[in-house]
Amino acid sequence: MKEKLQSFIENAGWPRIIIGLFLLSLFIAAPFVGVRLDASLSDTLVRVGMNGVLVLAMVPMVQSGCGLNFGLPLGIIAGLLGAVTSIQIGITGGIGFLIAMAIAVPLAVVFGWMYGQLLNRVKGDEMMIATYVGFSSVALMCMAWLLLPYTSPTMIWGYGGSGLRTTISVEGFWLNALSKYLHIQIGQFFYIPVGMYLFFGLMVFLVWGFFRTKTGTAITAVGSNPEFARASGIDVDKMRTISVVLSTVLGAIGILVYEQSFGFIQLYMGPFYMAFPAVAAILLGGASVNKASMMNVLVGTFLFQGILTMTPSVINSVMQTDMSEVIRIIVSNGMILYALTRKVMVKR
Amino acid sequence: MPEGVPLLKMENIGKEFFGNRVLYDVSFSLMPGEIMGLVGENGAGKSTLMNILFGMSVIQETGGYEGKIFIDGEEKTFKDPFDALEAGIGMVHQEFSLIPGFTATENILLNRESMKYNPLVEVFGDRFKTLDRQDMQKRAEKAIDTLGVALDPDTLISEMPVGHKQFTEIAREIDRQKTRLLVLDEPTAVLAESEATVLIDALKKLAAQGIAIIFISHRLQEIIDLCDKIVVLRDGRVIQEARTENTNVRQIASWMVGRQISGEACPDEGKERTCGDVILKTEHLWVDMPGETVRDVSIEVRRGEIFGLGGLAGQGKVGIPNGIMGLYISGGKVFVRGKEIKLNDPAASLNEGMAFVSEDRRGVGLLLDEGIDWNITFTAMQIQEKFIKKLFGGLIKWRDDKAVTKCTEDFIKALEIRCTGPKQRAVELSGGNQQKVCLAKAFAVAPEILFVSEPTRGIDVGAKKLVLDTLRRVNEESGTTIIMTSSELEELRSVCDRIAIINEGRVSGILPACSPAEEFGLLMLGHVGEGLAEPVPAGNGRC
Repeated sequence: MKEKLQSFIENAGWPRIIIGLFLLSLFIAAPFVGVRLDASLSDTLVRVGMNGVLVLAMVPMVQSGCGLNFGLPLGIIAGLLGAVTSIQIGITGGIGFLIAMAIAVPLAVVFGWMYGQLLNRVKGDEMMIATYVGFSSVALMCMAWLLLPYTSPTMIWGYGGSGLRTTISVEGFWLNALSKYLHIQIGQFFYIPVGMYLFFGLMVFLVWGFFRTKTGTAITAVGSNPEFARASGIDVDKMRTISVVLSTVLGAIGILVYEQSFGFIQLYMGPFYMAFPAVAAILLGGASVNKASMMNVLVGTFLFQGILTMTPSVINSVMQTDMSEVIRIIVSNGMILYALTRKVMVKR
Repeated sequence: MPEGVPLLKMENIGKEFFGNRVLYDVSFSLMPGEIMGLVGENGAGKSTLMNILFGMSVIQETGGYEGKIFIDGEEKTFKDPFDALEAGIGMVHQEFSLIPGFTATENILLNRESMKYNPLVEVFGDRFKTLDRQDMQKRAEKAIDTLGVALDPDTLISEMPVGHKQFTEIAREIDRQKTRLLVLDEPTAVLAESEATVLIDALKKLAAQGIAIIFISHRLQEIIDLCDKIVVLRDGRVIQEARTENTNVRQIASWMVGRQISGEACPDEGKERTCGDVILKTEHLWVDMPGETVRDVSIEVRRGEIFGLGGLAGQGKVGIPNGIMGLYISGGKVFVRGKEIKLNDPAASLNEGMAFVSEDRRGVGLLLDEGIDWNITFTAMQIQEKFIKKLFGGLIKWRDDKAVTKCTEDFIKALEIRCTGPKQRAVELSGGNQQKVCLAKAFAVAPEILFVSEPTRGIDVGAKKLVLDTLRRVNEESGTTIIMTSSELEELRSVCDRIAIINEGRVSGILPACSPAEEFGLLMLGHVGEGLAEPVPAGNGRC
């Protein structure tokens, strides 16, 4: 028994156990400060489903040695373009969501390919360059959102008659297209978005499967030792490009899943900081800069989103003031700080 | 023979690195103004001996040394290089330690600059003195003049030819007033012949002023030209000490490489070895591998042969397999079975049935963070699609983990790899077992031609034997042609049919393994044609 416990601790790692226990204590404390347990649990589950694919988008690049995908906003932009185009076309429901994906994925492939070419030129500094690829693509799109000739009245500024709004509601189009599919509602507050989880599970399965194929194996070897891979006849740059494309595509799909649940498309500076929670989550899940597994994604997303949901509501109730946003920022950034310093330790 | 108290006397010096003895009981002495040549193969112990003399920290960190060092008859122990400098020992290392953006003058006088007084010194202390450029110039010129070379003291190091960098290094040692003993570690290795001549003249001038010199070089003719006496090291022992006037290049070469265990070479003498037609041929192969440049190599290797590539370190022998396997930029022509192969493309070389066990085990040879199973099967999986299950009519190439584990277990048994199982990470294995994993990786692709580079470097004796035996067995049982690179001549002679010696990026000769060791020694040092036998063309060896 003791040995079992010890090997469990060793496998899970202390950080996850500590944060897991903290999260558990928050759940236990919640009812005592007047926070509904079922609502919080449901909230957490929804957020895990919303963010899961975005966290999953980290895996391919980590595995190929390109580091954490700080350039996630690039993939997100592809997703946003798919989303607004789908709304422009005006088809509602699940079909509308599929159209958004059908537009977003090819765009993400093109963006990812270019992004991959760039990263192949800066081997060793991928994460720094990726951060700025993300930032500058967001800035560039700020202009594009204004200029692109979308005309749907639900999306454009009311006063000027042109240019997209900062926040666009997907209500009436494909709100909860996945979440409400097969969803389970228990009582007034508790609901599980089964469809969203099925989709997330499918994505996890596809990525898991991909890394068990010949190409996936080659990508992992490139990440582990590029010289070894080259000596084995692998085209290192090609493998890295594939992984970057894959990460970008997952980023595009991820944001669509996020939006259909969240209910809004956030343009302009919306994608700016989207990479950081995903990075923090996967690191929290136990991934290192060059190794990540599906388990890291699942555990990391749950812990990170759990803390992010629970801390503000519980602490708010304790302190009797509304400072949820402040606490959210502190928790989220503190988590990233923790995760990034932890990353340095892994590197050594 | 000079009389009096020797400037330097080393007595019974011994050194052990973690139970691995590299120096045994080395003694010699050196008079003021005397030039001593120190020769020996790579790994004979020259560098360690000089590191002891110079008080390098690596010696202290690994448990110090045995024996005594006397300077002017007084026993000294140097705790660090500063002590050695204080005692008047200057050292010029093989790698330059110069600042590229500084001029020759600044480099020569670094940290010993001439200073000028100014009032700020009263407030802030000596560190606020300014440089006396004129005096520095004079001192630098004086040092350069002593060497007798045309070197402008105002040139930036980065704009100098290598020869001048070398002279700058030496001038720096000369400028130290105290320097009485100068150690030069292969100073001529980077120099052209004319520059080397200038250097040798300069060193003679220095010696005439009473500075003693220890000169390490692989160019025996220079040693004969320059030195008063030579000390030959082999396997950590002083094999011979002689006055240069009483010896010649041949003799020194045989001292350097000659081992008494001649029975070990050509183990299967008399046993008929059958080799087929030419399987691998290179024409004017060049490889741009840093530190192991190959300039122009044309060799022919026959099917079923074990072909050795020998030579001193840095001469290019390691570059040949790396070039053929596409790991470094290369040119020229390589033919496999008469068909020219595409260079600079590792996949093309692997597809031709060649495999490579790299000398850089940790850098190129292994996926350190992955399990043994991946390490062994990866290349075969990627190149030959072994261990792959095709799903949906080949649309998805699924990794067959069962087959991977099975194959790995077979190799673990066959090669006696000591590990906890196929999933153990390669980084956790010992050097010898890592090397076995590398070999298994090559065997997994069932190559026709197998390149093995330095297969026994850094592994213990038992593993060494197992590795060499495995190579022999594979050669016999599967008829694999093996091209083996090694710095250890004896090892090559015990395994190979023919051995090509590479010197300065070129083949200086190909000899059957049974040729006398001194023949190889001469070839290693670049004395082509001075050997007893003519180089043997392919097929005239034991095949």
